[in-house]
Amino acid sequence: MDRIPILRMGKFLLVTIQIDLYDRLATNLESDLVNMVNKTGARGVLIDISALSIVDSFMGRILGNIGTMSKIMDAEAVVVGMQPAVAITLIELGLELKGVHTALNVEKGMELLHEKISFDEDTLDEADYENNSE
Amino acid sequence: MKTDIAKLLQRKKKQIFENWVAAQLADSNLRDELMSNEELRSQSDELLDVLLKTINNDNLSDVYSQAFEPVREILAGISVFRAKNGYTPTETGLYVFGLKEAFLQAIQGEMKSDLPGMIEVTFRMNKLMDHLAIDTFDTFIKGREEVILRQTDEITEISTPVIRVWDGILALPIIGTLDSSRTQVVMENLLQEIVVSGSTIAILDISGVPAVDSLVAQHLIKTVAATRLMGAECIISGIRPEIAQTVVHLGIDLSSIVTKATLASALRHAFTMLKLEVKRVQREKSI
Repeated sequence: MDRIPILRMGKFLLVTIQIDLYDRLATNLESDLVNMVNKTGARGVLIDISALSIVDSFMGRILGNIGTMSKIMDAEAVVVGMQPAVAITLIELGLELKGVHTALNVEKGMELLHEKISFDEDTLDEADYENNSE
Repeated sequence: MKTDIAKLLQRKKKQIFENWVAAQLADSNLRDELMSNEELRSQSDELLDVLLKTINNDNLSDVYSQAFEPVREILAGISVFRAKNGYTPTETGLYVFGLKEAFLQAIQGEMKSDLPGMIEVTFRMNKLMDHLAIDTFDTFIKGREEVILRQTDEITEISTPVIRVWDGILALPIIGTLDSSRTQVVMENLLQEIVVSGSTIAILDISGVPAVDSLVAQHLIKTVAATRLMGAECIISGIRPEIAQTVVHLGIDLSSIVTKATLASALRHAFTMLKLEVKRVQREKSI
C-alpha cells in the first residue's frame, strides 16, 4: 500500500505530494497526518502540492479537512505551490479552503509558518510576563 | 413555343453586362475608393459568366441545387470581400439586384411579341435573382460577424495585461465589462503571472469597469479566492462611488476582500504588507 511520507522538521511537519492522489491515499494521508501532529506535537503542517495537476472535489475537501483538523489540534496548516489550473478548478467547485493558509512556494510557506508561530509565542510570552509581574 | 431563357440570356450577355456595369458606374453612390472600376468589371464579368453557364430551363427555380454551387461560391466570395472592405449591406444587395434589372431589361427587349411568355420568364428570373440576393445577404452578414468575432478576440487579448509594478506586486487594470469568459482569461493570466514572477500581492484595478452587478462581483470574488488559494493576496482598487453604491444596494458582501479607492492607496497598502517604505530623499545642502 502506497503511503505519502510525512517528514518532521523541528516544530513542523512537511508533506510533499509527488503523485496524483487517489481517494484511498488521500484519506490515509489525512489520518496519518493528524496522528503525526498528535504524536510529535507539531505546531505547523506544510503541504506541498506543486506536483499535483488534477484535483477533484473530494481532494479539495480532504485538503480543507486537514486544515481544520490541524487548527483544532493547535497546528497551522499551509498549502503551498498550487497550480493555477488547480486553483481555478477548486474555485469553480466552490471550495475556497477557508481553514488553510496558502503560500506560493515552500520557502514562503515556511516563512509564513514561522511568522504565525512566533506571533503566537510572542503573545504567550507577553501574557506570561504580565502574569509574573502582577 | 417555349423560349429557352438560357440561350436568350447567353445571346444578350454582352448587352446585359454592359447595362449592368454602366448602371453600377452611373450610380452616384459608387464607392470607387474601395474598389477600382477595372476590378469591379472583372468581378462582375466572372459572376455573370458562371451564372449564365449554370442557368438552364430546368434548374431555374432551384437555387439551392448542386448546379448552382459555383455561382453561390462566387457570390459568397464577393459578399465576404465587400463585408470586409466596408461596403454597406444596401450596396451589396443593390449589386445583385442591379444584375436582375439588367436581365429583365434584356428579356423585355427580346420577348415583346410573346407577352404571356415574357411574364412567365420575368417571374422566374425574379425569383431566381431574389434567392441569390438573399444568399448574398446571408454570407455578407457572416462575413461581418467574422470581422466582429476577430475584433472581440483582439480586444480580450489586449485588454488583460498583467503589470509588475514592484518586486512581488502585480497590477491588473481591467477595462471593459467583466463577463465569465473574460474573467476566465483574467484569472488564468493573473495566476500564471503570479507563478512566473513569484509575486505575493495582486492589485485588481476595476476603475475601467463601467458597471458592477452581482455577476461581475461574483467573478471578482472568484478571482480573489483563486489568488488566495495560490498563496497570494489580492487587493481590489478603483472602487468608484457609483460602484460602491450598486454593490451595497445589491447586498453584495465584499468585506472579506481588501478594497481601496485608488490604485495609489492599494499600492501603499501593498508596501505596508511587504514592510516596504517609500521616503522622500533629504537632499544635503551644498556647501
